[in-house]
Amino acid sequence: MRSMKKLMLAGLAATMLSSSAFAEGLSGELRVFSDMSNPAPRAVMEGMVERFGAMHPDLDIELTVIDREAYKTQIRNFLTADAPDVANWYAANRMGPYVNAGLFEDISDLWAEPEFAALASTKGAMTIDDKQWGVPYTYYQWGVYYRQDIFEELGLTAPATFEEELANCEKIVASGRACYTIGSKFLWTAGGWFDYLNMRTNGYDFHMQLARGEIEWTDDRVRETFANWRKLIDMGGFIEDHQTYSWQEALPFMINGDATAYLMGNFAVPHFRDGGLTDDQLGFYQFPVINPDVAMAEDAPTDTFHIPANAQNKEAAREFLRFIVSADNQTMINAGDALGQLPVNAGSSVDDDKFLKAGFSMLSNDAPGGVAQFFDRDFSAEMAKAGMEGLQEFMVYPDNLDDILERLEFVRQDTAE
Amino acid sequence: MTDTTAAAPHHSWFHRNRQTITPWLFLLPGILFFTLYVVYPIIQSISLSFYKWDGLGEATYVGTANYERLASDRAFTVSLFNNMKWLLLYLLAIPAGLFIALFLNQTVRGIRIYKSLFFFPFVISQVVVGLVFTWFYDPNFGLLNGILGAVGLGPINVLGDPALATYGIIAAGLWPQTAYCMILYLTGLNAVDPEQIEAARLDGAKGWRMLWHIIVPQLKPATFIAFVVTIIGALRSFDLISIMTNGGPFGSTRVLSFYMFEKALSEYGFRMGYGAAIAVVLFFIMLFFIAYFLWSMYQDEKGR
Repeated sequence: MRSMKKLMLAGLAATMLSSSAFAEGLSGELRVFSDMSNPAPRAVMEGMVERFGAMHPDLDIELTVIDREAYKTQIRNFLTADAPDVANWYAANRMGPYVNAGLFEDISDLWAEPEFAALASTKGAMTIDDKQWGVPYTYYQWGVYYRQDIFEELGLTAPATFEEELANCEKIVASGRACYTIGSKFLWTAGGWFDYLNMRTNGYDFHMQLARGEIEWTDDRVRETFANWRKLIDMGGFIEDHQTYSWQEALPFMINGDATAYLMGNFAVPHFRDGGLTDDQLGFYQFPVINPDVAMAEDAPTDTFHIPANAQNKEAAREFLRFIVSADNQTMINAGDALGQLPVNAGSSVDDDKFLKAGFSMLSNDAPGGVAQFFDRDFSAEMAKAGMEGLQEFMVYPDNLDDILERLEFVRQDTAE
Repeated sequence: MTDTTAAAPHHSWFHRNRQTITPWLFLLPGILFFTLYVVYPIIQSISLSFYKWDGLGEATYVGTANYERLASDRAFTVSLFNNMKWLLLYLLAIPAGLFIALFLNQTVRGIRIYKSLFFFPFVISQVVVGLVFTWFYDPNFGLLNGILGAVGLGPINVLGDPALATYGIIAAGLWPQTAYCMILYLTGLNAVDPEQIEAARLDGAKGWRMLWHIIVPQLKPATFIAFVVTIIGALRSFDLISIMTNGGPFGSTRVLSFYMFEKALSEYGFRMGYGAAIAVVLFFIMLFFIAYFLWSMYQDEKGR
C-alpha cells in the first residue's frame, strides 16, 4: 500500500515536471515550409531555424525549402492537404485568396503584443478584414538607380520633379543614349512604372482604390497617368525592343552606358556591382514628384511568414514568428552579407551599405503617402496579369491606349462580379 | 461409365466461356487505367467547365457562362487563331522532310554523319531549340539581323513584333519537326519496291512524275504517320512559346494550351472553370483530328 502511494506520487511529480517543462520550452515538432530557395536566402532561413532550435532544444524543427517559383503553385496544395506549421508568402492582396478560403490563421493576438508596435509600417499590408494574417521579415525599396558618372559628364543632377526629369531625359537622348533601360518580357517591370507614375500623379489612395477595383480604368485620372508616361515614351526615353528582354537582359544597357537609369528594386544592386559598376558610378534617387499636391508613396514589396489554419503546432509556430520579427533577428538576416535588404522592425539597424541606407531613410522619412506592395501584389491576380500585359502594349504602341483601357475595364468588371 | 458422362456438364461457366472472356481479361488492366486516367479526367474537365472555382473554396455552378465569356474574350480568339496558324504552317514539315529524305537517300561516303546532323535538332530538347532561336532572332546581337544587315535590310525584332512573333516560333518548331518527318521518310524509302521503279523507268517516267506517281504512293504509310505526329506536335506547341516569348508580346503568341495554362495553373491564374472551358474547346479540336485518324486507320484495316 505504502509503495503504491509512493509510486503514484512519483508519477504525479513526473507529470508535473513534464508539464512545467512544456510551459517553459517548446516541444513536439515544428514543420516550416519556405520558398527561400536562392543560395543567400536559403542560408538565412537555415540559420534562423538553427538559432531558434538552439533556443528550444526540445523542439524538433523540420525545414523544407521549395523552389521559389514552384512554391507559388504548391502552396495551394499543401495548405489544404498537408499543412506545415509555418509557411512563407507575400503581403497584401497576394494573401487574399488564402485568407478568404480560411487557410491562414488569424494572428491578430500576436500583433496586439507590445513588441509588434515596431512593425507598424507594414501592419496595413498584413491586414485583411481588420485582422492580421502574417508577419513580415524583410522588404526592399524601389527607386531609380542611375549612372552618376554619365550624369556628371552631361552636367545633370538627380531630378526632384518631373519637369527636371523630362529636361534631363531630353539631354540624355540628345547624347545618343536612352534615359531608361527596362526589360518587359515578363511584364512586371512595366507594373513598377505604372505604380510610380500613378502614385505620383493621383496619390496612394487613388492607386489603392484602382487596385481594389473601385475605379474605372477609363477614368480621366488614369488617362492622366498614361499621358505623363507617354511624354517619356515619345521622347525616346526607354530602350527599344524592351518587350523581348527579361529584366536581367536589360541590365547590360545600363552597365555599358547605353541607358542611364533603371527603375528597379534594390535586388538589382548586386547585379550592377557584378557588372563592374562601382558605388561612385551608381547612384540612387527617389522617383521624382509629379503632382506636388499628393504625398510621396513608395513601392516596397514585403515578404512574410504565416501560420496555416491547419497547422498542428500553433504554439511553437507563434513563438517562431515572434523570433522572426525580433529586432536582433531582422538586423541579422537583412545584413549585406545575408539578404541585403531592409528590416521591417523599426528597432533594427541597417547595414552600412549606400543603397540600403538610402532606401531605409526614404521609406522611414520620405514616404508619408504610404507604402504599396507592387502592381502584381496589390491588384487581384487576374487584373494584374491583364493589366501588366496592357502596360507592356502601351509602352510599345502608345496609340492603342483607348483600346487597352477598354479591355482592362472589361476585366475589372468581370473580376468584380 | 456413369462417371464419365456426368463429367461433361460439370465444366465450369468460366471454362465454357473462356474464348470470350480471355481477351477481356487481357484488356482489363488497360481499360481500367484508361478509364481512371483518361476518360474520367475528361468527364471531370467537362463538368468543371460549367463551374466557377478558384481551386481553393467552393465551386459554384454558372451554367454556360464560361463559354459565353470565351466568345467575347479577345485573348481567346487570338489563341484560337494562332492554333490554326500552327496547324497549317506546321504541315510544311512534311514536304520539307520528304525532300531532305530524298536528298539523303543515297550511298556516298559518310552519309550516316549527314543523316545524323540533319536528325540532330529532333534529339535536342525543345527548350534548347527555343533558346537557340531566341538568340538567333535577338534584335541586339542576333545572327538574323546580322544577315539582314549584310544584304541591306533593316533590323527586325521578330519576337517583339506581334505580327511576326508567332511565325518566328513556328519556324523554330519546324526545325526539329522537319527532322522527325525526314527520319520517317528515310525508313519509308527503304521499303520502296525497286522493281516498280525499274518498271516505271522502262515506261519513261522520271523526275516529278516518278516521284508523284511511283514513290509518294508507296510512302503512304510514312506520310500518314508524319501527318499524325505533325498535327499532334502543332497542338502541343507549349514549350517553345513558353521559352521564346512567354505568350507575349501582349499575349499575341498564345495558343489555346498556353492560354489554358495561364488561366488555370499559372501564377496569376486559378480560374479553374474558365481554364477547363478552354481545355474543352481544345479537346474538341483534337477530337476532330483523332476521329479522322482512327477512321482512316479503320478503313486501312478493313481493306486488308
